[in-house]
Amino acid sequence: MRERVAINQIDEIERAIIDRLQGGFPVCEQPFAEAAVELGIDEEELLSRLRGLLEARVLTRFGPMFQVERMGGAFVLAAMCVPDEDWERVVATVNSFPEVAHNYRRESEKCCNFNMWFVLATETPGGIDRAVSKIEEASGLPVYAFPKIKEYFVEMKLQVRT
Amino acid sequence: MNSEDDEIDRCLVMATQNGLPLVSRPYQLLGEQLGISVEEVMLRLKRMLASGVIRRIGAVPNHYAIGYTANGMSVWDVPDDRVDELGARIGELDFVTHCYHRPRQLPAWPYNLFAMAHGSSREEVLGKVAHIATLLGADCRAYDVLFSTQILKKTGLRIGI
Repeated sequence: MRERVAINQIDEIERAIIDRLQGGFPVCEQPFAEAAVELGIDEEELLSRLRGLLEARVLTRFGPMFQVERMGGAFVLAAMCVPDEDWERVVATVNSFPEVAHNYRRESEKCCNFNMWFVLATETPGGIDRAVSKIEEASGLPVYAFPKIKEYFVEMKLQVRT
Repeated sequence: MNSEDDEIDRCLVMATQNGLPLVSRPYQLLGEQLGISVEEVMLRLKRMLASGVIRRIGAVPNHYAIGYTANGMSVWDVPDDRVDELGARIGELDFVTHCYHRPRQLPAWPYNLFAMAHGSSREEVLGKVAHIATLLGADCRAYDVLFSTQILKKTGLRIGI
């Protein structure tokens, strides 16, 4: 896995930061100092650890997680069936759109052809259809949109595993 | 809320969507960048947290890097008139991190219920999927599991580009 960082490179302090700082970061004058106290370290160490974790790509971001729907925008899962021989071109094309927030390659246990799955995030609901059309035009392939009809549960706080 | 008010919130989203500045007084720095006081930055962030515009503030880990090397999107074809009841039950399972009712795309895509399960191996995730299959029983007409094999992009929200 290209993004894999050896789990044993994460020390106890980093583990505590990842496990305990996935939410609840304080909104106050010196939030890193306040969060550091909880972790038993000082502000400077927390800042330097966060820089290191971001550089090593153990963290992809540190900051607010937005729900764009609550600002009048839209967040929609979409997928494509990309032939292997065209893979690199389509990855570059799809990723070039700023509306594409995440993109994953997936392989099916039952050999279905939907192998590229991405999330479109736009400031207006109409932006989704426009992005879908632009990606279809640029790639020459159909884009299937899977807007959520209902959300049953969302919790994304995974603890570091040994 | 007036449009100027919205516009300041929007600027704050744009200024923080890449992440918070890693400095001692990040909200002070954001205020200086946006031409508003630190108090106003904090007030707006708290308001966005309360309204759900901000889900939370903190670290966003790379799943792979923290040991979740198997990330399975399980997808299920269940009767539409049963999907809400079944979705609520699957969403309660502790190993399911996301669960949604989504439209089918017939004939290519027959599945209408999506549940994400994470683990350290495909075997572990497939075991969890088998548990879901048992729970669904005869309501499961077909299913599949799509494992992520590569992150192609993970930038998160990007507006104003």
